[in-house]
Amino acid sequence: MLDLTTQYLGITLRTPLVPSASPLSQEIDGIRRLEDAGAAAVVLYSLFEEQLRLDAQELDHNLSAGTESYAESLTFLPEVGPFRLGPEGYLNHIRKAKEAVKVPIIASLNGTTVGGWTDYAKQIQQAGADALECNIYWIVTDPELSSADVEQRYVDIVKAVKAAVTIPVAVKLSPYFSNMANMARRLDDAGADGLALFNRFYQPDIDLDELELKPNVLLSTPQALRLPLTWIGILFGRVTASLAATSGVHGPEDVVKLLMVGANVTMLCSTLLRNGINHLRYVEQGLRDWMGAHEYESVKQMQGSMSQLRCPDPGAFERAQYMKGVKGIQHVMVTGREAWRLLNGG
Amino acid sequence: MTRKFKTMDANEAVAHVAYRVNEVIAIYPITPSSTMGEWADQWASEGVPNIWGSVPHVMEMQSEGGAAGAVHGALQTGSLATTFTASQGLLLMVPNMNKIAGELTATAFHVTARTVATHALSIFGDHSDVMFCRTTGFAMLCSNSVQEAMDLALIAHAASLETRIPFLHFFDGFRTSHEVNKIELLEDDDLRALIDMERVFEHRQRALSPDHPVLRGTAQNPDVFFQIRETANPFYDACPEIVQSVMDKFAGVVGRQYHLFDYSGAPDAERVIVMMGSGAEAADETVEALNAKGEKTGLLKVRLFRPFSVEHFLAALPATVKQIAVLDRTKEAGAAGDPLYLDVVNAIHEGGQRHIGREIRPLVIGGRYGLSSKEFTPAMVKAVYDNLKETAPKEHFTIGIRDDVGHSSLDYDHGFSTEPASVVRALFYGLGADGTVGANKNSIKIIGENTSNYAQGFFVYDSKKSGAVTVSHLRFGPKPIHSTYLVSKANFIACHQWIFLERYDMLSALVEGGTFLLNSPFGAEEVWDHLPRTVQEQLIAKRAKFYVIDAYSVARDTGMGSRMNTILQVCFFAISEVLPREEAIEAIRESIRDTYGKKGEDIVRKNMQAVDETLAHLFTVTVPTTATSNILMPEPFPSNAPRFEREVLGTIYGNRGDELPVSVFPVDGTFPTGTAKWEKRNLALEIPEWDTKTCIQCGKCAMVCPHSVIRIKVYDSRLLEGAPASFKATDARDKEWLGLKYTIQVAPEDCTGCGICVDVCPAKNKAETRLKAINMTPQPPLRLLEKDNWDFFLQIPELDRRNIKVGNIRQQQVQEPLFEFSGACSGCGETPYLKLVSQLFGDRAMIANATGCSSIYGGNLPTTPWTKNAEGRGPAWSNSLFEDNAEFGLGFRLSIDKQTEFAHELLKRLAGSVGEELVASILTAPQKDDADIYEQRERVVRLKEALKDLPSLEARQLLALADMLVKKSVWIIGGDGWAYDIGYGGLDHVMASGRNVNILVLDTEVYSNTGGQSSKSTPRAAVAKFAAGGKPGPKKDLGLMAMSYGNVYVASVAMGAKDEHTLKAFLEAEAYDGPSLIIAYSHCIAHGINMTTAMQDQKAMVDSGQWLLYRYHPERGMAGENPLSLDSRKPTRKVQDFLQMETRFKMLTKAKPEAAKVLWKQAQQDADVRYRFYEYMASRKFEEKTQETH
Repeated sequence: MLDLTTQYLGITLRTPLVPSASPLSQEIDGIRRLEDAGAAAVVLYSLFEEQLRLDAQELDHNLSAGTESYAESLTFLPEVGPFRLGPEGYLNHIRKAKEAVKVPIIASLNGTTVGGWTDYAKQIQQAGADALECNIYWIVTDPELSSADVEQRYVDIVKAVKAAVTIPVAVKLSPYFSNMANMARRLDDAGADGLALFNRFYQPDIDLDELELKPNVLLSTPQALRLPLTWIGILFGRVTASLAATSGVHGPEDVVKLLMVGANVTMLCSTLLRNGINHLRYVEQGLRDWMGAHEYESVKQMQGSMSQLRCPDPGAFERAQYMKGVKGIQHVMVTGREAWRLLNGG
Repeated sequence: MTRKFKTMDANEAVAHVAYRVNEVIAIYPITPSSTMGEWADQWASEGVPNIWGSVPHVMEMQSEGGAAGAVHGALQTGSLATTFTASQGLLLMVPNMNKIAGELTATAFHVTARTVATHALSIFGDHSDVMFCRTTGFAMLCSNSVQEAMDLALIAHAASLETRIPFLHFFDGFRTSHEVNKIELLEDDDLRALIDMERVFEHRQRALSPDHPVLRGTAQNPDVFFQIRETANPFYDACPEIVQSVMDKFAGVVGRQYHLFDYSGAPDAERVIVMMGSGAEAADETVEALNAKGEKTGLLKVRLFRPFSVEHFLAALPATVKQIAVLDRTKEAGAAGDPLYLDVVNAIHEGGQRHIGREIRPLVIGGRYGLSSKEFTPAMVKAVYDNLKETAPKEHFTIGIRDDVGHSSLDYDHGFSTEPASVVRALFYGLGADGTVGANKNSIKIIGENTSNYAQGFFVYDSKKSGAVTVSHLRFGPKPIHSTYLVSKANFIACHQWIFLERYDMLSALVEGGTFLLNSPFGAEEVWDHLPRTVQEQLIAKRAKFYVIDAYSVARDTGMGSRMNTILQVCFFAISEVLPREEAIEAIRESIRDTYGKKGEDIVRKNMQAVDETLAHLFTVTVPTTATSNILMPEPFPSNAPRFEREVLGTIYGNRGDELPVSVFPVDGTFPTGTAKWEKRNLALEIPEWDTKTCIQCGKCAMVCPHSVIRIKVYDSRLLEGAPASFKATDARDKEWLGLKYTIQVAPEDCTGCGICVDVCPAKNKAETRLKAINMTPQPPLRLLEKDNWDFFLQIPELDRRNIKVGNIRQQQVQEPLFEFSGACSGCGETPYLKLVSQLFGDRAMIANATGCSSIYGGNLPTTPWTKNAEGRGPAWSNSLFEDNAEFGLGFRLSIDKQTEFAHELLKRLAGSVGEELVASILTAPQKDDADIYEQRERVVRLKEALKDLPSLEARQLLALADMLVKKSVWIIGGDGWAYDIGYGGLDHVMASGRNVNILVLDTEVYSNTGGQSSKSTPRAAVAKFAAGGKPGPKKDLGLMAMSYGNVYVASVAMGAKDEHTLKAFLEAEAYDGPSLIIAYSHCIAHGINMTTAMQDQKAMVDSGQWLLYRYHPERGMAGENPLSLDSRKPTRKVQDFLQMETRFKMLTKAKPEAAKVLWKQAQQDADVRYRFYEYMASRKFEEKTQETH
């Protein structure tokens, strides 16, 4: 009997397969279907504090635009309300999700102010979420802001949220830090119960006909797997927080690889959007088949087996891996400086 | 019982009562009564119960006639039912009112008395509408103030149940309906105490029921009708006493005592005014002031106007009365006197003859005042009393105007005032968009509901919808405030917009030692040097206390944008000392939490921050002792405007229309066109600037410009001689215009800065893609330069219309618009279509315009955007009513066709005299395009030349009709409220007539002009007034209904989605020799959208299938082809993608998310079904069918 159970954020999950925040969890029916398809837990779509603010501002502006100007039309829209401009809708969604399914519900929050992070986190806990994922979706563009300040803000958020709630808190973050390992350690020290690696930031495309930036979100490709694979491999055993892999998880073998480098859970999104919720069944079955074929007994047995700490070639996770790659092409040993020259065509 | 004091206007006060004592409420929007229906609809959607614990059913109808019919039916079947209306709406109810009264049915209709349209429409108040109802058999009860409106609304309902006579309860439109005042709120227990349940049971017992069937509504004949008509007399005879007993009962319960006729003033008065309505409050105040000075005047307020009780009337007059002036707020041209006057004359006469009541023989004279809310002040009241002192008082006088034609008017002392010193009076000049009115309503609430003081607010609005000026008139004092006239002597004046300093003489109303608050971009040290000279002089002369605040900066820094309401409210309280400062500011904070709490914490926080920041930016200015400014107030219209425009229209524009005498006006309501161009409103902070190099000369910017401020000309390069240095021109790109120059010019002072042109511009600057071929640029630095350029541009001749290919936008947009600079909302979605009509057909167009937004921005004085070309030709425009517009336009067609036919007949008869060849060429002229029309006009010139010396009557007749030989284009234009609802019956008939008319429906999917009420065009899920919970039903498919005739050209267009399609539809519709219907989607500020990007909304609407583009052409049908062409592609987006873009839909997801989810899903289904249905119809092959039948 294969044991697929895993621990994530201190919660025991039936399998390491968890759908990450996506539109699939916007409807309760979707959450039910995810559970039916085998999801071990569900991360809800994110509550964006900034979106709530913008919605409120837009509503206020549009309800008052043009009013009190002409005697026949002193207003244009009826005085309905009160409007649910806070997180009520999201909180209700958590409550309903909890009533609808048995698997753990992990809420996801993106705040813009310290008050927003902590207030909403508390309300999410009160609504019954089993855990909270802090989705720190922050594209830093201010040239005046130092990396130290950016990092400190991440740490402050985690500390504030941890102080506000008792449910486990995961942090979903981007890979864009000078020293990812240090950052992971600092978040670990700040009390993060889990790290979700990594957030895929929106990157615009260009419409050449219209000469406009296109805000279309690209679904991930299997190649995206390499980034979480690398960093989970490096971080495994070095932080106490549990680790979630959340980019490029498309098929059973991806799951196996991520578990081997040390992921507690593997999060799926693009592949479910592309192939449908039932793809989860295929991935789970594939995982079972692979484990069976390769005589693994449990997920725990696999977890971390190929991490930097436990793999036969730890250097392969670091710069040497690149050197090896270049060496393979050039068939010569090159120094870092020479490699730079080669890559730049000099 | 302790009752709450609240501040509200009379519409809310009346609705508060009417909603609670009724079960069925049928409504229809009409200014100024609409808000009563809106309250009722809102309360019903919130589940507020009536006094019996049940939520009334509120139903919007298709017209006031429909509302009256529904109320009649509801009453007949035993419900307690009511409605609200005004003006023409009331007139539409009259037939049913006769029935309801004839059947002795208890109800009360609540009417905001409003002017009935005569030489012009007016939305303002007088009694001309209610006077139409004197013959209906309704009892008529008049309220004079906000408190009275609430009280008498209840008395009307209660008395109606007691008497079985239906009541028309009325109060003055705007002056009372919209005045905000502190009143004591009637509690539900008060209502229960007045409504006798036994009478309710009797009402139910009389109802039609198959369980005890009766016949009502018979047809009767000469033998018995008369007698039966007289059977109701005892009910009318008993009515006055019963009403008085209800008033007494009310006094016992509530404490306020009313009488059928309420007398106030000296018990031994010799001179008495008899009147009713809000003016009586001003008269009451004047009587008190005059009598305090030893005069003996009195005032008799008529409350129960019908049935008119001679006995009660005479009993209420003091025995000492020697002269009576009866004031009517209505005009019955040609009558022996106005109605109330005649009643009083009759009462005195009958009293004497029949020895009813007191034996008095006073002199009775009649006077007219206050038509269309004309101010009625204590000074005017005094003049009426003074007139009575004369040995030969002026009879049938007017007061409040200068009648230098009939010399009916009384002179009055403008300086006379009865304002007590204990009342603080404040005036605020603001822009509609800056929140001034909202802030003042809030201040009234704060003072009225938090202190023992009384408060009154009245708000005067602009005739324009964009850049509108608002003037708020506020009073605060220790006693109830009855001053039903504008503030003319203010202790406090605030100017919230710097630009008003040059436009309005605000400070003439400031009392000596008063306070002036100016929102100024200049600080306390530098502001003085920027003030106009008259402002400086008045500040010095009045020893004013002068403060400045840079509210623009505070608003910007606190994220408030252009809304300065909170900031300026804090300033008012900080310096007016109406309340202790700290107390006032705490009250403002509390009200911010109340007002904005439902809009989210962020909005509350920003407002709180604005409160904190304000006081630090408020400064006292030391007023110097001498005026130094050289800045003079400019004349409203420039000196090159024609005299009438300058002296009459310019004076109106300059806010001094009240000063104009009768003699300067046309006698029949006829005004010149082409006048909007004289108003240089300079509203835009930014205007578009043309980049000649990036421009691809597509013409789209000009096409969408709602205000016709972007113009294109193509011309010979020699015409550039003498051009200002900054005038831009480039080579025309169109192959047919090779060698010519091309200019896009913006009218800098007429642009409203909406930015739609930039949004639709498809050309991007290659080096910097954020820039387009036109870009919004700050106006002030460009203003003078571009003004010169504009003037130069105007004198370049228009391209010969014969050389313009109208089928493509690039060329077509060179046509001169004959609709320009309207006062529509900035970024209006309707006006681009009107401009297109004016460009394509304007020089031969006759326009029948339904009442609505388009009739307001099209024809609200002082000016009109409809204009004429260099030859003096342009659209001839008129508005008849709301409901009759299709018929009105058909009348144009019938008239033109008849005159043309007669002209043809005369031509044939006179062929020998004017030339056979000319006659033949005129009769056979195709007149299909501009070249044809040009040639026909040339022929008509020759014809007129030939006719002018012919002596026969027939020749003279033909000369008078000759212009009818040139094809006229009849356009019937209106909004969806007209086309889908109130005017649909007429529209249907006109389409069925087969006549050559072009019907343009500017479909905003709501009644825009009256403030966004739902129409049958409103799509499912949209939130609108009267559909506060989201419209549950789908939009009516007007196009499909029109297609069922087979011979009607039908097009559904959306300019923002496919402009070429719009152009094609307009051309086809006009060319089709039969009825054409164009349903033109028009975005609207009532949708709660970003107006700058509104054309993108239109595109999303079509891309999602929420709106279809199609053309149904009967000629294709006649040619054996499928007449329907579906011109929009299969939807590429979900309907919700579009719904998300507009607050009218999105707000439901925030207010009622569960309901929204259901409605949004249904909206998608509506779109899916509609598209599949049209796709199916449009894809049928007709050729095969045709063959089969042969």
